[in-house]
Amino acid sequence: MSGIVSRRRLLTGAALGAGGLLGGCDRLGESPAFRKILFSADAMNRHAQRLITDRHALAREFETADLSPFFRGNGTQNPQGADYRAHAAENFARWRLEIRGLVARPLSLTMAQIRSMPARAQITRHDCVEGWSAIGKWTGVPLHRLLDLAGLRESARYLVFRCADEMGGGIAYYESIDLIDAFHPQTILAWALNDRILPIRNGAPLRLRVERQLGYKHAKYVQAIDAVASLDGIGLGKGGFWEDRAQYEWYAGI
Amino acid sequence: MAGLAESEQDAAEAPPPVPHVLRHRLSTRIWHWSNAIAVFTLLMSGLMIFNAHPRLYWGQYGANWDRAWLLIGSDDTRGYLQIGDRRWDTTGVLGRWEDGQGRIQRRAFPHWATIPSTYNLALARRWHLSFAWLFAFGLLGFMARAFWNGHVRRDLSFTRAEIAPSAIWRDVKDHLKLCFDHGGGYNVLQKASYVGVIFMLLPLMILTGLTMSPGMDAAWPWLLDLFGGRQSARSIHFIAAAALVLFIAVHLLLVVLAGPLRGIAGMITGRVRARG
Repeated sequence: MSGIVSRRRLLTGAALGAGGLLGGCDRLGESPAFRKILFSADAMNRHAQRLITDRHALAREFETADLSPFFRGNGTQNPQGADYRAHAAENFARWRLEIRGLVARPLSLTMAQIRSMPARAQITRHDCVEGWSAIGKWTGVPLHRLLDLAGLRESARYLVFRCADEMGGGIAYYESIDLIDAFHPQTILAWALNDRILPIRNGAPLRLRVERQLGYKHAKYVQAIDAVASLDGIGLGKGGFWEDRAQYEWYAGI
Repeated sequence: MAGLAESEQDAAEAPPPVPHVLRHRLSTRIWHWSNAIAVFTLLMSGLMIFNAHPRLYWGQYGANWDRAWLLIGSDDTRGYLQIGDRRWDTTGVLGRWEDGQGRIQRRAFPHWATIPSTYNLALARRWHLSFAWLFAFGLLGFMARAFWNGHVRRDLSFTRAEIAPSAIWRDVKDHLKLCFDHGGGYNVLQKASYVGVIFMLLPLMILTGLTMSPGMDAAWPWLLDLFGGRQSARSIHFIAAAALVLFIAVHLLLVVLAGPLRGIAGMITGRVRARG
C-alpha cells in the first residue's frame, strides 16, 4: 500500500516538477545572468569552428543539375524607399557602391565598373537560419579585389555592409563580417543569380555572399561598405540588424 | 527523495541492515543527470527551431517550393501533420492549438513542448547551441570513462550466451511478463538499447546537427556525403530525435514498472538494496 502511495506521490511530484521546470526555462531565458551563459556559446562556436577550419576552406560548390528550381527570397523582397524605387526604375544605372572608413583610397564604383571587373561564379547552397536551403549560381566580384583596390588600413578589423532596404522603424539593414571571411575566396559581391541579372527579390543590384555563414549575414541591396576597427559604434553594438534586435548570433557559421 | 538520500547517508555510517550493491559509478550518475538536462533542453528548443520552418526534405536543398516529405501545417480551421501524401488532423496539438492565454496559435509544435514557450527562433538557437556543448562533451567524457573503467566491457558488451536466439526470446518473454529480476547485470534487451542509444543514436544526433552548420560543412565536407546533403541531415536529425523520445518513454515506463524509487535512488546514490 505504502509503495502505491509513494509511487503516486512520485508521479505527481514529477509532473509538478516538469511544469515548474518549463515555466522556469522561460524565466531563465529572460534572466540577464543566465542569458550571459547561453549567449557565450556564440563565441565558443566561432572559436571552435575557426580552430578546426582552414581559413580558406571552401564551402561545397555544386553542379548545374543541383540548382534549386526556384530560389526563394526572404526578409525584404522589394524595398519601398523612394531612392531605391528610382534606382530600380532605371535598372540601377546610377547605383554606386562606396567603400569607405579605414581605407587608404575610398572608392565609389558604378555597377558598370563592378560588372567589368574579373568575376567569380560559384554554385553554392544558401542556408537560412529558419532551416531551409536553396542552391543557386552566384556571379560577382570577389570582395578581396575591392579591398585591395581600396587599401585596407592596419587598424581595420570588420567590414560593415550598409543596405538600401529599410526594416521596421525606418532602420536600414546592416550586417558585418570579420577579415577572415572578407578575404575568403568565395566571399563575393554578387550581381547575377543563375546567369541572370540579380532579381530584386534576392538583393539587386548587389548582395554579399559569405558562403560559410547563414542567410542573414548575406546583406542584400548593398550601397556601402565601411571598414571599422570595432563594432561598438555600429547600430546597438552587436554588428547587425538582427543581432541587435532579435539576439541572433553574430557568428552565423552554425 | 531528500529523505531517501539522507537515510542512504546514515546507512553509509552504520553497517546497513540490508546488503547494498554498487549499481552505478559516479561518472555514470553525473552523466545520466547532466545528459537528461541537456537532452530535454535540446529536444524542446529543437522543436521551437523546427517551428521556424516546419517542413522536412531529402537531399542537398529544400525550401517552400520544393517537395517536403513531412510537414506540419494548418488551414482555416484545422491543424494537420502530413507525411508523403497522407494527412492527419492534429488540431489542438500540432499546427493549430491554444496557448496558455487561450489564443489560437498556428505554429507546428505547441507551447508546452518548446523552449521558449512563445515563438522565438533566436533564443531557441541560443539554448540549443549552448546545451549542445554539454550534450556532446558529456557524451564524449562518459564514453571515454566507460571504456577506461571497464563499464563497457563488463556491463554493456554482449556475451555469446545471451545473444543466442533462445536467450533473447526468453528475455523478451520476461519483459512481457514484467519480470525484471535479472540479477545484478543488464539483460540483453537493456544492453542492446543502451548500446544503440549511447554509441549510435546520440552520436547520430551530433553528426547530423553538425551537418546543418554551413561552417562545419566547409571544414568537414564528408559530413554532406555521409548523410546525402544538409536537408537530409536535418530530416535524419528529426527522426533520430523522435527515436530518442521513444527510448526515453520506454526507459521511464520500465523504471516505473521495475520500481521507480529503487531505480531513481540508485541513479542518485549509486547503490541499491540487494533484492532479498
